[in-house]
Amino acid sequence: MSPTGVAVQDAAAGSSSRQIVNDFNIQVATVNGSGSQTANMVLFRSLFQMGIPVSGKNLFPSNIAGLPTWYTIRASKDGYVARKREIDVLVAMNGETARDDVMGLEPGAAVVYDEPMQLSALRDDVIFYAVPFDKIVAEVCPDAKLRRLVRNMIYDGVLAKLLDVDLAQVEAALNKQLGRKVKALALNQAALKGGYDYAVEHLTKQDPFVLESMGSSGDKILIDGNAAAALGALMAGVTVVAWYPITPSSSLCETLIEYLRKYRVDKETGKATFAVVQAEDEVAAIGMTLGAGWAGARSMTSTSGPGISLMAEFTGLGYYAEVPAVIFDVQRGGPSTGLPTRTAQGDILSTAVLSHGDTKHLMLLPSSMVECYSMAIEAFDLSERFQTPVFVMSDLDLGMNAWMSEPFEYPAEPPDRGKVLDAETLKRLGEWGRYRDVDGDGIAYRSLPGDGMPAYFCRGSGHDADAAYSERADDYEDNLNRLAKKFETARSAVPVPVTEREGEGTVGILAYGTTHWAVLESCDQLAREAALAPTYVRLRAFPFTDELGAFIDRCDRVYVVEQNRDAQMLALMRMEMSPERIAKLRSVLHYGGMPIDARSITDAILAGEGHALAPANGDMPA
Amino acid sequence: MATTASSSQKKANRIGLELQPYRGSKTTLCAGCGHNAISERVIHAFFEMGIEPSRVIKLSGIGCSSKSPAYFLGGAHGFNGVHGRMPSIGTGAVIANQQMIAVGTSGDGDTGAIGIGQFVHLMRRNLPIIYIIEDNGCYGLTKGQFSPTADLGSKLKTGVANDLPPIDTCALAIELGASFVARSFSGDKKQLTAVLKAALSHRGTAMLDVISPCVTFNDHAGSTKSYAYARDHDEPLGEVNLIPYFQEIDVEYDAGSTHSVKMHDGSHLLLKKLEADYDPTDRLEAMRILHETSRRGEFATGVIYVEPDKEDFIELLNLVDEPLSTLPLERVRPTKAALDEIMEELR
Repeated sequence: MSPTGVAVQDAAAGSSSRQIVNDFNIQVATVNGSGSQTANMVLFRSLFQMGIPVSGKNLFPSNIAGLPTWYTIRASKDGYVARKREIDVLVAMNGETARDDVMGLEPGAAVVYDEPMQLSALRDDVIFYAVPFDKIVAEVCPDAKLRRLVRNMIYDGVLAKLLDVDLAQVEAALNKQLGRKVKALALNQAALKGGYDYAVEHLTKQDPFVLESMGSSGDKILIDGNAAAALGALMAGVTVVAWYPITPSSSLCETLIEYLRKYRVDKETGKATFAVVQAEDEVAAIGMTLGAGWAGARSMTSTSGPGISLMAEFTGLGYYAEVPAVIFDVQRGGPSTGLPTRTAQGDILSTAVLSHGDTKHLMLLPSSMVECYSMAIEAFDLSERFQTPVFVMSDLDLGMNAWMSEPFEYPAEPPDRGKVLDAETLKRLGEWGRYRDVDGDGIAYRSLPGDGMPAYFCRGSGHDADAAYSERADDYEDNLNRLAKKFETARSAVPVPVTEREGEGTVGILAYGTTHWAVLESCDQLAREAALAPTYVRLRAFPFTDELGAFIDRCDRVYVVEQNRDAQMLALMRMEMSPERIAKLRSVLHYGGMPIDARSITDAILAGEGHALAPANGDMPA
Repeated sequence: MATTASSSQKKANRIGLELQPYRGSKTTLCAGCGHNAISERVIHAFFEMGIEPSRVIKLSGIGCSSKSPAYFLGGAHGFNGVHGRMPSIGTGAVIANQQMIAVGTSGDGDTGAIGIGQFVHLMRRNLPIIYIIEDNGCYGLTKGQFSPTADLGSKLKTGVANDLPPIDTCALAIELGASFVARSFSGDKKQLTAVLKAALSHRGTAMLDVISPCVTFNDHAGSTKSYAYARDHDEPLGEVNLIPYFQEIDVEYDAGSTHSVKMHDGSHLLLKKLEADYDPTDRLEAMRILHETSRRGEFATGVIYVEPDKEDFIELLNLVDEPLSTLPLERVRPTKAALDEIMEELR
């Protein structure tokens, strides 16, 4: 097959009058704990191998087994990887949700379902394909105890046939997924073939959805953001990792542990050049991270909202006593326990000023797999350079879902370990005080335990420029002012915003993190539907850099798109910017826990710009 | 010994240092505070063991006790953290640089209340650190409220009696797997110095609960943490004597009445038995002694439990011998080939 850029073609086969190629959304509805993840990843990987831009979103409950779960795979020849709300192809495996799943479909959608559920009478405007999963699995898997594990692979076979995918592609994906597990591989191959053969014999293609190879995945990789961040930490030379399990961040440290064990054990001695401690809670995790950072190690922790709340006091210590630490916040729905398995950008405001008293923290805002990796490395450099905690603000969508990505580049630079006192510097300075601003940038020289340089007493209580205990007003003010100056220095060191779309006119869009992907798609919708061409700028860090103000200045209106209720990034901008600039800002917000989609943004901006909305699609507004 | 001080010179220790470098800044605690006596013992113990102050990291939480590190070992690296969380800072610091000698001071509130969680897990990990609880049964800095080590029925100055049972930090530490557990009294110079020296010879967590009366808020009649009460109810398990690894054992002792424990660094801990048949390496015995003395309203002092060869946290983590903090780039950044290999696996 040749690559195609055409979504709608004349039908060459089947009863459908048209074909929709590489531009639709597949949703698999199962029960969690039923082993559907392998089948879903194999399907996802098949599309990836065919060079079709693909994205996967796992919508799962906070539960071990027995509750509904949905996995959505979006094929998009145009390269859109944000969530799309409309489902085109449904695989209904969960009797509990099947009815709702079917009723929520667009007219013309296709449904593959487990035959006993008898869904076909529910609607006459969607196409149903009944598949007797139990019967097929009994034929392909003689051992009754193992049937549960391979049953889901049958729908991959059925879909391969229905969507016109070469079975060899799916087999290759399966092999990649389970390659080392020989027995499991054989059983799954049989199930895959069983599903495919059933579809060949019993199903007649009636829907328009087909997949066509667009070449190959080339150099690209498939990875999730937590693994990408773990790789960044690995390449940054992290030596101390302290963590406490929490969804959705656990896999960051777990993946890091795997990489560390493989790549960071001394060949000669068999000993580790790293320490990983699973702490008793997030308070201890950040405490260990700061203790190690103070002692000169590159140290990190990883958590999510509830952990961030617990880390507040220690973060203030890190800020005030000036101790490096890297904290990954893989954000989820909150407050409180909130929605542990749903995504959000809801920790932005609280993290920026985490802890009591006057505090401000550096935050990096990755949008992609490459940035999860590169910003992890950058976070270590910034935290040591500025001797302060640095937060990498990921989210569940970025951290736990698999994404296509360009491969990661080897770090070009050695780590920036910051201003660590050495004999030469000490000689140059003549006299050293831990918090003396000798360079005028707010950053002082620190000594490390065991380095032979003068010691100091690091403390969270009031101290003077020589780190001695002090309750004097002038010492306290001097210190806070120097910390503010240090923050100003950081302003010119953090990643600058990226102009993702240079538009025409004076409407701007500002977004960050995973919201980026939906905004890109929204820009195209706005152009197509309303001939609007906003300039889209993507934020990558806090503190804000001068580029942000300049962007706002050249716009009449800027829509700040984010995934929280309270317009948190806009609120941060309000703290820093002039009323003239603030007056230009509008909010587009999305906070139900599902990743933001382009339609929601487009509708909100069209409304804001006084355009009539596109016809209602029956879904909830943003 | 490397240094032999003549009578005309100030006395120097085995690494040629006098006592002065082991001192810290002037204390700001109350005159007569037990904590100052403990600081003084720390100064002497480190001096006598000949430990270079710059090789020491001293840690603390928040409270009167946690101010102490400022008053000893001025040349050591100090970190005064947040309330009750010294164990986590210590854990991070020690694994970042295992070559440092860590000593932490905490209080009974800092350990027994806000910090009990971190205390518990520190004991489980057997991190190499000396953990001193300066135990006065009350919160001094906030003006005398009861802490969790206050005995049942012990009275505040106002006459209010404590109505909750105390936490015995020594029993808790033994139960949780601490490998060196001692209790002492700030007024017992000889014993406390010996216990501290023994702790310095130990590899693993050395937990020292030191009864340290608060002269301002908890030194009155009716208090069970007063100087008078402590003197009357101190029940030494035996004489403690630490013969450092760098000294010949020239003490003659009777093996029948003295228990000798070879410490991790080769030092010998000699414990003269007052309690018949007491074996400080027997965990059940240690628990029995603690419970029996406590039932009598006494507190047993001395080295209560020691397990000199228990695997410590550094060994458990299988760390390279050099400090993690200063490993060169080539040992902590995998090669480009490694990254390429990872990328290939992800394709």
